[in-house]
Amino acid sequence: MSEKHFSVLRVPLVDGDKDCRQVTRDICAPLQVGPTRLWYISFAAAVTALLIGVTAVTDQIWTGIGTWGLNKTVGWSWDITNFVFWVGIGHAGTLISAILFLFRQHWRTSINRSAEAMTIFAVMCAGVFPVIHMGRPWLAYWVLPYPNPMGPLWVNFRSPLLWDVFAISTYFTISLTFWYVGLLPDLATAAREVAEPWRRRLYSWLSLGWDGSQRTWSHYEKLYLLLAGLATPLVFSVHTIVSFDFATSIVPGWHTTIFPPYFVCGAIFSGFAMVLSLMLIARRVMNFEDYITLRHIDAMCKITLLTSLIVALAYSTELFTAWYSVNPYERFAFLNRIEGPYHWFYLVMMTCNVAVPQALWSKRVRTTPWVVFLISIAINIGMWLERFVIITVSLHRDFLPSSWTMYHPTYIEIATFIGSFGLFFTCFLLFCRLLPMIAISEIKGVLHHARRAPGDES
Amino acid sequence: MNRLWVGIFDSHEHLLRATRLARQRGLTIHDTYAPFPIHGMDEAMGLEPSPLGWLCFLFAMTGLTLALSFQYWVSVFDWPMNIGGKSYNASPALLPIAFEFTVLCAGLGSVAAFLFLRRLSPGKKPALGGLGALDDRFLLALQAGPEASAEELRRFLQTQGALDIHEVAPDS
Repeated sequence: MSEKHFSVLRVPLVDGDKDCRQVTRDICAPLQVGPTRLWYISFAAAVTALLIGVTAVTDQIWTGIGTWGLNKTVGWSWDITNFVFWVGIGHAGTLISAILFLFRQHWRTSINRSAEAMTIFAVMCAGVFPVIHMGRPWLAYWVLPYPNPMGPLWVNFRSPLLWDVFAISTYFTISLTFWYVGLLPDLATAAREVAEPWRRRLYSWLSLGWDGSQRTWSHYEKLYLLLAGLATPLVFSVHTIVSFDFATSIVPGWHTTIFPPYFVCGAIFSGFAMVLSLMLIARRVMNFEDYITLRHIDAMCKITLLTSLIVALAYSTELFTAWYSVNPYERFAFLNRIEGPYHWFYLVMMTCNVAVPQALWSKRVRTTPWVVFLISIAINIGMWLERFVIITVSLHRDFLPSSWTMYHPTYIEIATFIGSFGLFFTCFLLFCRLLPMIAISEIKGVLHHARRAPGDES
Repeated sequence: MNRLWVGIFDSHEHLLRATRLARQRGLTIHDTYAPFPIHGMDEAMGLEPSPLGWLCFLFAMTGLTLALSFQYWVSVFDWPMNIGGKSYNASPALLPIAFEFTVLCAGLGSVAAFLFLRRLSPGKKPALGGLGALDDRFLLALQAGPEASAEELRRFLQTQGALDIHEVAPDS
């Protein structure tokens, strides 16, 4: 974060030879002018999707989860698939904001703010699904250990589902705190920069009297480091615990020790795909091409490729272990994925997650935004299918052939899924309009890297 | 408190140099202000390392102790449940929640400690807010005292290349 002296041979992190004043102006510019037509169109679409979701959820709560396509055999399907999908997407934000910070990857400064926002909104979307899956969401507080008059009665601390409650709520709280702490200096800057009185008042109230004092910066840098250090094991623990929901059961295809690292890596893979999709749109629409440069896209593509390879390794390990175990149920679970009634899902998943990302080996592909955008969309689809394959396809044919069945989603489930995208994009579009999308103070700290000899800047 | 003399600089290097020199000369440095944290400024000003690391550790240990002891009390004493014949104190199963609660307490505690240490709160007015330290200016605020008169401070800031020098009341 703080000013470091880099080699003059290094490539600058920000294009356009900017100074501090220019950075403030550029990043606060979207807060100064009215929304564009494109923003209104996107926002209308997002709110429509959200309303579709709200209608579906209302109907489901009113009638009961019988409105879903679940049955006795398949008790978890789209709901938990969507939950794991959204939690996974959140993980890239924490990776960028915390892990890349600890590794001193200074290019993260341009994208960390919006990636963290993405995390928060994705975790919100994820949280919706377990709550509505309860069927009686007004009793959701029963998952918390609170003193009650029902005799000595507590939640079961040895249940992975309860671990999930703690993991997801801690993850949300810490991500939100980390994001807000990172916003403090920029809110103070924006409060002085914007013209509209309500924005000035809002930003200065939220900036808590930040004044750029070194005595504050000194504590702040320590705090930021601590939060990054806390968020890093947290992000691994969260998806590990999500994978425990499956791995601690005895369902063939779920009961494997590879699940925690496999899930964490898949989460980062899908999250980076979502960051790429969002950033490629944002840099064009918000005119941030000088800040989110092709080099940033290139670096994110490399991480995506790496995680794709790890995910591919996990897929093959799973298949190998199923064969090597000589366990008929385990072998059948994987054969059923490959040639059972849902084999198309498996094929598309393999294509999107393993084959398509291999194009990223080429530098030309990595620096051609529209190709990267298409690849990132393919990965998003592939990773959603991966969760569907793991969850539904493992459940629909397990030990007893007499209970084998198929699962088909109902309109309510599809509408709820669309609604979660609506919630995500509504929040993200509001964020673009309301808060500085790029970390102003961090960008200023890396401006001088590699550009001028020290003491030479104007 | 005495009035402050604030020199406005145009780069972090100039501010850093001026701060180092001011400390060498034994002037009282009230604070420096910058739009981003400057590497080496803590040493230049002679600031103590932040205690937040220790505080964070303290909050983390509190969270860990609370989570482990509460889960233990519930699982062993208040509401023992036989799950698969395992012992009531199946401690590995208590670890995930203990870990999450540790991180939660450490994170929230550290932020609260930070806000308290710097007395940051909604509605507080930023010090020297109008002088551009949140945008592109770098400020050195010196305090006049027995070791240096106002005139000396002004001359010092001038020779260090301050673009502008302001005299302000310490709480503004």
